[in-house]
Amino acid sequence: MSGLTTPSIIPFPRLRPWLLAVPVLLLVAYLVLMDNGAVSQTGAFLHELMHDGRHLLGVPCH
Amino acid sequence: MVRTFLVRGLLVGLLAGLVAGGFAFAFGEPRVDAAIALEEAAAQAEAPEPAAAEEAGHSHGDEAEVSRPAQKAGLFLATGLYGLAVGGVFALVFTGLRGRVGPRSDGLLALAAAGTAFVAVILVPFVKYPANPPAVGDPETINSRTVLYLVMILVGLAATAIAVATARRVTADPWARWVAAVIGFLVPVGGAWALLPTVDEVADGFPATLLWEFRLVSIGTQLVFWAAFGVLFGWASERAAQRTNGVPVSAAAPS
Repeated sequence: MSGLTTPSIIPFPRLRPWLLAVPVLLLVAYLVLMDNGAVSQTGAFLHELMHDGRHLLGVPCH
Repeated sequence: MVRTFLVRGLLVGLLAGLVAGGFAFAFGEPRVDAAIALEEAAAQAEAPEPAAAEEAGHSHGDEAEVSRPAQKAGLFLATGLYGLAVGGVFALVFTGLRGRVGPRSDGLLALAAAGTAFVAVILVPFVKYPANPPAVGDPETINSRTVLYLVMILVGLAATAIAVATARRVTADPWARWVAAVIGFLVPVGGAWALLPTVDEVADGFPATLLWEFRLVSIGTQLVFWAAFGVLFGWASERAAQRTNGVPVSAAAPS
């Protein structure tokens, strides 16, 4: 199994601190794709603003 | 190195999201407009209750909180931010997989992982709960439909893990491993497709052609995103590794 490069394995302890970004990124995805005011406290605003993206990215919108 | 991959994942994700937004704008918006026109015509027919749409907490017309032109700009905001978030998570998963699972080349791993993500996280839910244009879907059931959609995403991810674990136990020829992987993936996915409740909220008389075209554009938007992301991230990660190692790509020793 040879490829273009031979990647070195990055040890999990070095990866772990960066995993804190995952909940933040998932929150962004949630606000874009699913929030209807419950988390953002903006009422239907996020829903309306992201409306076309939600439909065309294929998530249930309304 | 982790930081480099994460930053490149975020940037490339944003870029791929904007590219997918362009596709959705060109091919999807005409269908969204057509569906909204039908929705408003149906609301007119149900008069004298013009406030019905607002009562349901949703409206598309001039009285909407966000105007249609703003929603079309919002499309790019949505796909861009979606790409940013997905790209960041993808980059961290990629960093974890690197050298452990999958191709031993950054470029090929990026393409393989992006292709797998499209199938597991997008295609698997789409087959069971396809995208719907405006005017299709009962606002009363949005919560249960959202939960079912998320469950299908989790099923796709779990099936991918099962497929990889199954394939790794097969030490025979590569074809046997592929067969094991495909079976390991399709058994849980097929089970979920068969067992989870079906959603059928397409109103009588909604044009079948419009529904089909909208769904095609929707899955096309995701395909454009993941194809663009896979290629761009593959390129960006190859270059990142090359720069960090100080070794030209072609000079890396095969193992």
